[in-house]
Amino acid sequence: MIFSLKRQVLPMNNFFIILFHTYISKLKTKSFIVTTILTAAIMVGLTNMPRIIDFFNEGEENKKVAVIDESGQLFAPLQEQVKGVNKEITLARFEGSVTEAAEQVEDGKFTAILQVELSEGNLPAGTYKAMSMADTALAADLQTGLQQLKSVMASSQLNLTEAQLSQLYEPVAFEKEALEKEAKTEEELNQARGLVYVLLFVIYFSVIMYANMIAMEVATEKSSRVMEILISSVSPIKQMFAKILGIGLLSLTQLAVFLLAGYFSIKQNLASMEGGFFEFFGFGEVPLGTIIYSVVFFILGYFLYATLAAFLGSLVSRIEDVQQMITPMTLLVVAGFMIAMFGLNQPEAPFVTVTSFIPFFTPMLMFLRVGMLNIPLWETALSFAILIGTIIFLAIFGARVYRGGVLMYGKSNSFKDIKRALQLTKKQ
Amino acid sequence: MALILKEVTKRFGNYTAVDGLNLSIPDREMFGFLGANGAGKTTTFRMILGLLDPTAGKITLDGKAIDYSQSSMIGYLPEERGLYPKLKVVDQIVYLARLRGMKKQAAIKELGYWLERFRIPEYFDNKIEELSKGNQQKIQFIAAVIHRPKLLILDEPFSGLDPVNVELLKDAVIELKNSGTTIVFSSHRMEHVEEMCEYLCIMQKGKPVVHGSLKEIKRSFGKKNLVIHADFDVSYLQSFPGVVKAKQTPEGIYLQITGEEAAHGIFRDIAGKGFVRKFVLEEPSLNDIFIEKAGASYE
Repeated sequence: MIFSLKRQVLPMNNFFIILFHTYISKLKTKSFIVTTILTAAIMVGLTNMPRIIDFFNEGEENKKVAVIDESGQLFAPLQEQVKGVNKEITLARFEGSVTEAAEQVEDGKFTAILQVELSEGNLPAGTYKAMSMADTALAADLQTGLQQLKSVMASSQLNLTEAQLSQLYEPVAFEKEALEKEAKTEEELNQARGLVYVLLFVIYFSVIMYANMIAMEVATEKSSRVMEILISSVSPIKQMFAKILGIGLLSLTQLAVFLLAGYFSIKQNLASMEGGFFEFFGFGEVPLGTIIYSVVFFILGYFLYATLAAFLGSLVSRIEDVQQMITPMTLLVVAGFMIAMFGLNQPEAPFVTVTSFIPFFTPMLMFLRVGMLNIPLWETALSFAILIGTIIFLAIFGARVYRGGVLMYGKSNSFKDIKRALQLTKKQ
Repeated sequence: MALILKEVTKRFGNYTAVDGLNLSIPDREMFGFLGANGAGKTTTFRMILGLLDPTAGKITLDGKAIDYSQSSMIGYLPEERGLYPKLKVVDQIVYLARLRGMKKQAAIKELGYWLERFRIPEYFDNKIEELSKGNQQKIQFIAAVIHRPKLLILDEPFSGLDPVNVELLKDAVIELKNSGTTIVFSSHRMEHVEEMCEYLCIMQKGKPVVHGSLKEIKRSFGKKNLVIHADFDVSYLQSFPGVVKAKQTPEGIYLQITGEEAAHGIFRDIAGKGFVRKFVLEEPSLNDIFIEKAGASYE
């Protein structure tokens, strides 16, 4: 037996031992690996959405519509108008009766029937018939075509000259200009909205997920009673922060995987997808500032909620009670997310402005405002200060609760326990 | 290492868990800590380990206050057993040993030694949840002693083990003591304390009611036990002067008496009455002392 083992007393070391133990043991769990791969797969799927949609649409690109024109004057001009609306719709003159046409629709030769006639005022009217009314796009396109035809015919009946006509149809000149110099243009705002929307989701889900993970981790150690051994060798406070950082590292690893998967997938698609889907979501040119802000707000939001989750987790003695304990916290995140969803359309609403300074909402709402508006620097700075202040306060307060909480066993699912836990750490 | 508790008091609100406890545990000794449930044993241990701050008083290890910088010299087996259920034995032990300042390789080597010693070398790579409760307890014991602590605190180390495993663990504890570890342990099993500890303390409601060396305690207790097996009825001895308590047995009677003098009287009295198969004057057992002093029995 070896009795003189080398003892290395480096207390700071313990912090990293716990940090990496938390990180690596979580990283190796099957559930983590499966979730990561699955989510990455979903992201690749989402970014390939246009391709997937196109793939399924290929079969029914050309829609054939049987047009029954009893007057004989409407088919040609209608065809002209509809072509202008949607090139993929083909109109075919059908000479038979409506019943015959209906049979052909049932056979699949035509998608729908459009019965056109001249009504009382010598203006066109139409009846649309299809197997079902599910394809609203086709009916709408046809209606638009017919409407345009009606306008042309009505104006010619009024004997309007060509010049008068073009005057009538010329769209009104309407330009939007923001007075603020650096305000985002309408187009930019739309782009920002898409990006902010996606990043808000990321912040929302990850804050809930990782805060949950921390609370579970703490409760597991407590319920398996391994906690007593741990806190007899490392101070509970050091342990709590090592754990928060360990899970934080894990979250960054996971997000990095997602980011890489998303980035490469989008980049591959971008070349083939000019306009449309991605540009709508603002991925055309991702503003670096928004990304950096999202990372900063994510990290701050994580610390805020992780600290909260750690000390809430330390109060329960059974894993089953964790959910109940952290529900108020989850509701806070959900409330923030709800306000953010509302704020996407009205980022300047006073309600959003005010709530963006409440630390529990700041990570989502201030990010929303920074991403979509051009707000003064002091506002961002102030919200950062409040948020960081709250994190420090929660860390100090949470550490004290944690220290007592981990020693408490028994029925514990009320907030009275916070008081009890604080009492345990006091000298008196 | 000598552990000294001086006027240690711990109050939780209005409740006093430990009240003016004075203990001095000599270096390289095995110290037994007894007390009914709620007597303040675990609270005392937690204060020794620095998990709780005493309301008043001082705890020193070799003259120094205990804090986390000494954690590599202290080993602790908590009363409530628990390990990470999903972690392998080796990962678990290495993690806990590293937190106590050991190197990974050294911890693995020591773990091998202990598993061999506890006759479970095959569990090296198993998850904790796959082990029986008794074997989990052995692993936890290993976690408490793997770094060869100078001060070892064992809270109910033998509860829930079969006699063979109790012996295995007891041998290990004694060996640790002989190799220079100061051991404090609490137990519900009086015979274990009696067998292993030179010094002990019985706590009641946060106060030590008995404290000192085992011999001293027994001597100052005064009362002795007298076992009589006789062919004739000895039940009348119940009310004999000097008899404190009596219990009929199939073969005779079991008496608790005030002292040796009382035995003389009884001996003279029964000597002429018939044949006496057995007449034994015994030292009081720790159990007797405990029942009297702490007012409760675990057996």
